Amino acid sequence: MSNILELQHVSKKFDNDLVLDDLCLEVKENTFMTLLGPSGCGKTTTLRIIGGFITPDQGRVLFEGKDITNLPPNKRQLNTVFQKYALFPHMTVGENIAFGLKISGKSDEYIRDKIKYALKLVNMDDYANRDVTMLSGGQQQRIAIARAIVNEPKVLLLDEPLGALDLKLRQDMQYELIRLKNELGITFIYVTHDQEEALTMSDTVVVMNQGYIQQMGTPENIYNEPENAFVATFIGDSNILGGIMLRDKLVRILGVDFPCVDTGFGENKPVDVVIRPEDVILGEAGKGQMDGVVSHLIFKGVHYEMEVQAGGFEWLVQSTSMFPVGQPVSLSVDPFNIQIMNKPESEDEEAVVVDV
Amino acid sequence: MFKKKWLTAPYLVFILCGTVIPLLAIVYYGFTDQEGHFTLANITAIADEEHAKALGLALLLALICTVVCLLLAYPVGLILRKHAGGKKGFVVFILILPMWMNFLLRTFAWKALLANNGVINGILGSLNLDPIRIINTPAAVVLGMVYDFLPFMILPIYNVMAKIDNNLIEAAYDLGASGKTVLTKVLLPLSMPGIISGITMVFVPAVTTFVISQFLGGGKIYLIGNIIEQEFTLNGNRQLGSGLSLVMMVFILISMALLNKFDKNGEGSIV
Repeated sequence: MSNILELQHVSKKFDNDLVLDDLCLEVKENTFMTLLGPSGCGKTTTLRIIGGFITPDQGRVLFEGKDITNLPPNKRQLNTVFQKYALFPHMTVGENIAFGLKISGKSDEYIRDKIKYALKLVNMDDYANRDVTMLSGGQQQRIAIARAIVNEPKVLLLDEPLGALDLKLRQDMQYELIRLKNELGITFIYVTHDQEEALTMSDTVVVMNQGYIQQMGTPENIYNEPENAFVATFIGDSNILGGIMLRDKLVRILGVDFPCVDTGFGENKPVDVVIRPEDVILGEAGKGQMDGVVSHLIFKGVHYEMEVQAGGFEWLVQSTSMFPVGQPVSLSVDPFNIQIMNKPESEDEEAVVVDV
Repeated sequence: MFKKKWLTAPYLVFILCGTVIPLLAIVYYGFTDQEGHFTLANITAIADEEHAKALGLALLLALICTVVCLLLAYPVGLILRKHAGGKKGFVVFILILPMWMNFLLRTFAWKALLANNGVINGILGSLNLDPIRIINTPAAVVLGMVYDFLPFMILPIYNVMAKIDNNLIEAAYDLGASGKTVLTKVLLPLSMPGIISGITMVFVPAVTTFVISQFLGGGKIYLIGNIIEQEFTLNGNRQLGSGLSLVMMVFILISMALLNKFDKNGEGSIV
């Protein structure tokens, strides 16, 4: 697969506030890529630079190998689904969808067929003559998607398109989007701050913070092997502990030696350790690697969430078996569930440039 | 929730005494002769050459004034939309500043400026340029109208423009629209309520004015407003004045009805 889109050393400042710093990003053809990060991390700015709404101060944007850095949005072969839908309130659903097609001078018959096709694709067959202001948020979102995809863009940009929808609808739309992407066979670049959304839909997740890419990889990769504490805390729940890498495959956490699978950190090196709450195994006291006492218990539906005081640390544990508050328990972790990360030397280094 | 209806009482009294009763009086006088008998003569008097000409001229000058105001105000609205921030408030302030001064004073000032031996010709003369002879012409009346009524066009247009979601503009560009298409297909239709209410707020006072035409027309330019004013004051013929007023009202109502046809959403319209 070749790169359909490439950002090369892109920087952007807003009023002396550095939003993106020397960002490099390659987007492969026909992938679902998500830019994930907290607000102000630069993800939306990145998307707007790709869309052509913002010109970067430095760096280049390449589309199919051609420099489009200074090309205005109406000349780019990509379309955007905006966060607040941005449907034209003075037009019907059909007129909204036809907007881009009319501009490119398509025949009436072609436009009619396309409207029909697009409405079918988003499961809103009979809505062509409806007033867009009368639609619900979810319906407006679908129309916004339909309006973008009828133009057959090679890349579809989506700026937190599900942000304003309620939970159930959001989950439905996530599956819809995956289906759409597979049916259309085009590249999706999706911006969100919702890690669950990112993990559910993406082929590639790009975790961003403070204008830097923190980590880029498959959802599994990002979740299971976070490269730094920021990624670990941002994606899912996690126990992040300070530890000492005694030697390869052995780490000391809270005074207890845990076997792990990581190598190459050196000897007696301070490190950060990530253990996911679902990877902590609770058992009968005295039979695990550490002992502790359950201090909190919440029923979460699929599992129980417990806090366990052990070794002076409050462990977050998720388990399908329940241990009541006050019960002495043992904790153990399988070696391959212990993720070792380099400790950042300073706050700033947390936002390290990860070359991709 | 509606327990405090009585709070509207002062307004109701005001509108009853200030609008409803006078309007009924106008209708009564409009359809009666000096002896109090029913007649249509006051209404049909509009067909008299003098009256018809005055009405035609009033409509024409008001139309020109409205078009000029719109052409001046719309670009201002577009520019103000684009430039957010503190400066915007200042520019709007400057634009509506004339509204703070008395309307008669402003019109009178123009008379002094435009007079044949007035301020402007004085400056032109000192520069050895030909003087302009504009005072007492329809052009001077239109100039006065535009100056007096322009803020009423700018404000509604600016208000509607400022509310247009910038995402819509970006969405249009994103879908391939050129700047011109964005203007004609998105900005213009969405700002229509502001345009309609601006037109209403300029056209209606312009068509009925008699002060501007009196000051800047030098008593030579008779608009329908001047005729009506003279019937009431100079000639003491309140029956004819009322009849002509009713005819003018009908013309205004027709203009507003036509305008409202353009305003699909019904926002912003006044009538």
